[in-house]
This record gives sequence, C-alpha cells and structure tokens, in this order.
Amino acid sequence: MGRVGVPVYRGSFETPQAERLLWRAGFGPRAGEAEALAKLGLDGAVHALLYPGREQLVGPDPHDSKGRPLAPLDAWGHDHTWWLDRMVRTSRPLVERMTLVWHDWFATSNDGVGNQKLMLKQNALFRSHSLGSFEELLIEVTRDPAMLKWLNGVDNSKDAPNENYAREMMELFTLGADRGAYTERDVREQARSLTGWENDWKQGVGDYDFHFDPDAHDTGTKTVFRKSGRYDWKSACRLCVSHPLHASFFVRKLWSYFVPVAPDHATQAALEAVYRKNRQLKPVLQIVLSHPALYDGPRMMKPPVVHVAGLLRRIGAPITTTDWAWIGELAGQQLFYPPNVAGWDETRWLDTATFRGRWIGVQRILEGRTLDPAKSTAADAQTVLTRALSFWNQPALSDATRAALLQFAQTALADAGKQKWKQQQYPALVENALRQLIAVSPDVQTS
Amino acid sequence: MSCFECTRADAVRAVAGRGLPSIEPGMPTPAGTGLSRRSFVAKSLGLALSVYGAGKLQWFEEGIANAATTPASPILVTVFLQGGADALSILYPEGDPLYRKLRPHLAVSGGTTFAEDDRLKWHPAMSPIAQLHGEGKVSVLPAVGYDHPDQSHFTSRHFWEVGATDTRLLTGWMGRYLDVAGAPDNPLQGLSLTGQLQPTLATAKVPVAAIDGPDQYDFWVPGVWGEVETRMLDAVGSLGGVASSDPAFRTAADVTLQSDRLRRQLDPFSAKGAITPAVAYPKSDDSFPTQLQGLAAMVAAGLPLRCVALEATGEYDTHAGQVSALAPALTTTAASLYAFQRDLEARGVADRVLTLVWSEFGRRAKENGSGGTDHGAAGTGFLIGTRAAGRQVGEFPGLGSGLDDDGNVKATSDFRAVYSSLLEQWLGFDAARIIPGAATLTRPKLVK
Repeated sequence: MGRVGVPVYRGSFETPQAERLLWRAGFGPRAGEAEALAKLGLDGAVHALLYPGREQLVGPDPHDSKGRPLAPLDAWGHDHTWWLDRMVRTSRPLVERMTLVWHDWFATSNDGVGNQKLMLKQNALFRSHSLGSFEELLIEVTRDPAMLKWLNGVDNSKDAPNENYAREMMELFTLGADRGAYTERDVREQARSLTGWENDWKQGVGDYDFHFDPDAHDTGTKTVFRKSGRYDWKSACRLCVSHPLHASFFVRKLWSYFVPVAPDHATQAALEAVYRKNRQLKPVLQIVLSHPALYDGPRMMKPPVVHVAGLLRRIGAPITTTDWAWIGELAGQQLFYPPNVAGWDETRWLDTATFRGRWIGVQRILEGRTLDPAKSTAADAQTVLTRALSFWNQPALSDATRAALLQFAQTALADAGKQKWKQQQYPALVENALRQLIAVSPDVQTS
Repeated sequence: MSCFECTRADAVRAVAGRGLPSIEPGMPTPAGTGLSRRSFVAKSLGLALSVYGAGKLQWFEEGIANAATTPASPILVTVFLQGGADALSILYPEGDPLYRKLRPHLAVSGGTTFAEDDRLKWHPAMSPIAQLHGEGKVSVLPAVGYDHPDQSHFTSRHFWEVGATDTRLLTGWMGRYLDVAGAPDNPLQGLSLTGQLQPTLATAKVPVAAIDGPDQYDFWVPGVWGEVETRMLDAVGSLGGVASSDPAFRTAADVTLQSDRLRRQLDPFSAKGAITPAVAYPKSDDSFPTQLQGLAAMVAAGLPLRCVALEATGEYDTHAGQVSALAPALTTTAASLYAFQRDLEARGVADRVLTLVWSEFGRRAKENGSGGTDHGAAGTGFLIGTRAAGRQVGEFPGLGSGLDDDGNVKATSDFRAVYSSLLEQWLGFDAARIIPGAATLTRPKLVK
C-alpha cells in the first residue's frame, strides 16, 4: 500500500511465509493452501484474506459420535464443536479468526448467560462484524442479549444502577485500566447513561424479549470524561471510542492477537492514524498482516483451539465427536466459556495441565487412524519418520526436533533386537508414536 | 560450623540470606514426614559441605533450597475466591446499626457470633470455618486490602497475585519466592491445582506445575504400547530439551520438559484407587473438594510441594442475585476446607500446611438495585491451619467512619504485610527479597 511511515514486509513470500500468515490470521493451511496463497504474493495474499467472498464449508458436515447432527443451540458441548467445525472447514479463515478475537475481546461466558441460543446469536454478531467498524460492533455488543445478561446490563436501571458493564466497557473493551483514561466517577456516570435495558423470563423459554425501556432510563445530565450531557447508551459507546486514549488502546490490543511483541513507535502511530479515520478494521488489519514483525519476528504460541483446528484442517479430518468441548476445556480453551470477562490469558496458554489437554486433543485425532501392527512390515527409522510427517502433510520442523524424533525412532526400533515379530510390528507402533510426538512438538505448538 | 543440629526450620530460614543456619537444639522433626531427623540432617550436612567446598553464596542457596524441598518443608496453600467475595456476608456486621440500612434485601441472618468481635457473625454456610476458628486454627482478616484500592477485578487480582500494587510485575509473589528458594528441577514445588497455572505461582526461572489432580496425569497414545510406549514417553523429555533462541518455542519446550518430569513424579498416583481420603469430602460438581483431597494425599506421600494454588468453588462477582449465588458457593467451599483440614490432621501432616483464603476485593457496603453488590475495597481473608496464630488481624472498621468516599470498607490490614509474615514466619524467608517495600510493612503475627 506504501503508506508513509508504515513498515511493510519486503522479504520473499514463499510457502513458509504464507503458512505463518495462515496460522496467525486463520487456522493454518489445508493441503496445498499455503502454496496457493504464496503464489498471490504478500499483497494478494492479504487481500484474499480480507476479501474472501462468500463462505464455503469444505468437507463433510460434522456429527456427534453416534452420527447425529450437532445441536449447538441446545446440547452441552455442541456449541464448542460446532464452532470448531467452522474453523476447520471455512473458506474465510480471517473472518473466523477475527470472530474468535471478538469472543476473547468481549469475553462472554455461557457460565453467566446460561443460554446457548443467546451465545450463538452473539457469535453471529461477532462474525457479521468481524471485519467491519469497531464503533458499530461496540454498539451492537452493548445491546446484545448475551452481553446484557453477562454484565448485568438488564439489571441496570435509573433507580438502581449497576456498574458492571460500564466499568468493563472502558477497562477491557475500549480504554484500558491504569492509563488515566477514566475515573471511578466516570464509571458511575456511564452506568447511568447505560440504564434502561430489560428483558423478560418465562419458564421453559428462559430469558427473552430484551428491549430498551425509556421509563427505566436515567434521562438526567451525566458528566463523563469532564463533559456533560443527557447521555444514553449509544452516547456512552461513542464517548468511549472518541476518547483520545481509545485508538492507542485499540490498535495495541488488536496487534497483540497477531504479533507477540509490541509494535514499534512508528507502527503504533501509523496504526492509530489509520484507525482514527473511520474506526474500520480492514485498513488496520491490512497493516498488521503485511508488517515485517509478523514474518521476521519471533514465533507465537497457538491458542489451543487453533492448534486443534489446524491439525484437523491440515489432514482434512471431519468432526465426528463432541468430545472436542471437554478436550478444549482441558487444553485451556472451551469456546463460549472464557475464564472471565478479560478473556483468555494469551501469555499463559501452555502449562503442564494444558499440555496434557493438547496431548489428548492429538490423541483424539489419531484414534481410529492408527496403523495396525499386524499389517506392518520392517522399516528403518528415517522411513518411519518420513511416513509420520506425511501423515500430517509435512509440517515444518526444526533440525533439532527432527533429530530428537529420529533418535527416538532409532532407539525404539532397536529394541526389537533379533525378534522377528517385533522387527515387523515395531515400525507401526513407532509411527503411531511419532504422529503424536510431531503434533505436540514445540514446533507445531507455535507458529 | 556444624550442621548436625540443623532443624527443618533453620534450613529453610537459611535461604533467606540471613546467613548460615543457627543451632536450635531440641526442635522436633515435623510430624508425619516419615523422615528421620538423622537422614534429614545428613542431607543438610552434605549440602552445607558443598557450600563450603564451592565457596560461593549461590551454591549455598541452591544447596539449602534442595534440602528445603525434602518432605519436611512447610507448605503454603492459597485458595482464591474469584470475583470479589462479599465480606459483609461472610462475616456480616449484624451488630452495626447501618448494616440493615445499607443491605435491606441482602442482610444475612441466622449465623453464630464471631468470638473475637461480637458485632460480627459468621454466614451460616461458614459454620465449618467457625468451628475451626473455635479450635484456634483460623486467623481472620476482617478487612484486608490496601491503600487506594482499585476496583477493577483484573488490576486488584493482579496486585494480590504479584504481591505489590504494581501493574507491570509479571511474576507471582510465590513464584518469586520459588525463583530464589526453589529447585531448578522440581515442578511440584509450585503447584496449581486448577488445571491451569495460577499467576501467583508464575516464576521467572524455576519450573512449576499445573494439574487437575494427582491421579489425572497420564499420557497414552492409541496404537502404542510396551517398550515403544516407554521410549515414546522418554522422547517427550527429549522434545522438551530441544534448544531454541525463540521465546515462544522455548516456552513450549520448557513446558514439555516440565510435563515429562511431572509425569514421573506423579507416577505413583496414576493407579486407580491410589488416593484414599482419611475423611469424607463434600460431594460437588465442582472439582475443588477432590482437588483438596488429592492435595492432602500428596502432602502425606511426601511429594516435594512448597506453594500450592487453588480456586474455591463458586463465582463471587455477585452483581445480581447475591443471596442465592453466595450460599451454595460458600457452603461447598467452607465444607471442603474443613474436610481438608481434618484430612491433614488424620494423616498426621497438619503441622506442615497453612492455607490462605483470599479474594481480590470485598464488595460495596450499599447494595445495588439488582439484588447484588458492586465492586468494593477491603475484603475478608482467612489463614487456616494448626499452626495459624488463631487471632484476628486488623479489625472490622464499621460501616460509619469505616467506609471510604466510595462507600467501600476501608482496609485494616494489608495483604502485602500478610505475605511478608507468611514468608518470614512460615516459610522462613526474608520478605524484603520478595515483596517490594516489605521493609515498611508491619508484620502481623500469623504463625504460632
């Protein structure tokens, strides 16, 4: 694009760069996808992600372990599995990845909402606004039923203000804590501006009919950010996004989903300037996805759901179980259940417990795809490793990791000694083991 | 200097950088460790000798740190009540004339009087803790917090986690303690029993672990068994040992390595029925009671634990529907903590464990219009254990002049002072090396 002062990646854009882009801006490549994207060049590749056209879901429909279609609006765990399937099969990876970003940004948990229909409705909102205007998104989120329920928007009335949403809207969604952007007084006044939302409840239906009731709204004058007016809920949103400290918060936070180190000063300034024009996502994402730091910079831990979706996508495996929900929980990311309103802690994805969760995710993919040792024939370590890498469609591994895997294969095959049945069967066992080890290696956990 | 008479407490205290262990003859070996005084002293001696041989302070510290991870070490357990638990319900000030005015719909009733301050009563769900308090095993902090309270969940929680009112600190307060006093190869020294690493335990150097429970740390792969499986599990350690200068790759490798070590440490618990609690724990959909049950078994088995972090049952951010949300959460939490204490006592290891219960803040004195309360300032904390001093720290400031300009309860004790006391009186470590500004904090007596 050649904007003045915005660094753009100028190195070679081949399959490895395209693959990294697909991991950061999506869920990794399908077979052949990185190669095809590389042919478009950097600008073409970023354009293809930003303007993907109509969504196509590639591959068979998902089902549970009994072959029944998913029921994401109702059944426990089907919500997670339904969305995972979309990540695996979508032709619009950036749309889906940004939907995940908004789910983390406006982190709403069904633990507090207690209604999968409302959660899925919010998910559709995130998807339809995934690459649009942040201001519009904030306004829509503010009146979104799941959010109204989650942060007590419907418990906030002129006679009985509830500060929950007002505070998080500024602290987590638009301005950030401890930056001097707002005071405790602003929290209380914004809560008054946001009064008026209500809903009904009926046995068997649950929460329904979310609406704004002017009688419950505080029409008085509020003083927010040292300005006064008869603000309402939309003005509360607009005051936040037009606050002088909003753009810096916004671009820094958005950037952090794609690049693990903070933007340099020039980049930060350029991002803010572009964002301030109209608060549209695409021009900002264009800069982030074309930035040298994404291609030349350090690797990034894959979020657990991205790791699993990427592995399934990589081998074109369909969703055949709703076990993915509890496996997601073990790995530290059950969709629709972020740990709190701040979302998942991106700096602490991996620990000894979530490592085991990721291990079980890989194990679940391999179940039903194992090699039968009875049908195995003798093979050397290098051959077995090559086959295991082919199973995953040739993931890029560092030399050191490759050496560790080869060492394992050699040692394990040598255990067969002179016993003929072992010589025949161990290559299958070792390849099964290698498939697991490859997918949990540090190389594949990061991108 | 001879170290033949070193005791556990001395060995641990030596890590504080206060110099060499002093002699305090006659101190008993802690109960239930299964470790004789002789064998423990022998270990200390060996390490002390290596110190003098090496002649470097760093070696000395590492050596003693290893000794301190023997099963004789004191263990600090923290239990987090997430969301800002309502102090004015947990120990509710029925004797304060303003209580029912501020809480017309939410005022609690039916509890027993808190023996140290007859203005306060225990929430009925807290009766198991009240019972332990009656036995002198609970120190109550009726209004614990800090100056200039921050009403953000995340900021205030962060302050408590890092042990300072500093938004930029990245290591947890127990993590920093382990970085200096811990071992380079023992992930169990800092254990999150919540299925994910608790930030209080975040270290900069030494490994720490997170698990759901000690009996749930197995690894298997379909179509792999026998010798090949053993080799495969060994290979996990090799993958973790792969060198890289990339920080994210390094993190992934480190965790892989720690997972391998942890699997080996927990191997004895992998068999079905390996954990038999000595007492009955409450039944719950939440895993908090079973996590405590597993923890008691690990302590009794002598695993090298030092700092453990858990989250209590329940969600305490009660902006709405507080009465119905709080009672079941407190019931399971209090009953679980009670069972844990009794389990430790029955196993003869109660003298080795202190449990700190905390929340990021208390809630606003005046109820809101949604049958709930908004974010407040000072909250309630508890320290539970046979070695807890059993006396309240700070007192309830009252709902008149005890409220700040925002209508929140003012703190009468500081969480950083509590941490400093625990580090010095329980873990035997100089708090000044862990808690910023510790020198200016008055340490409450927390340990007897």
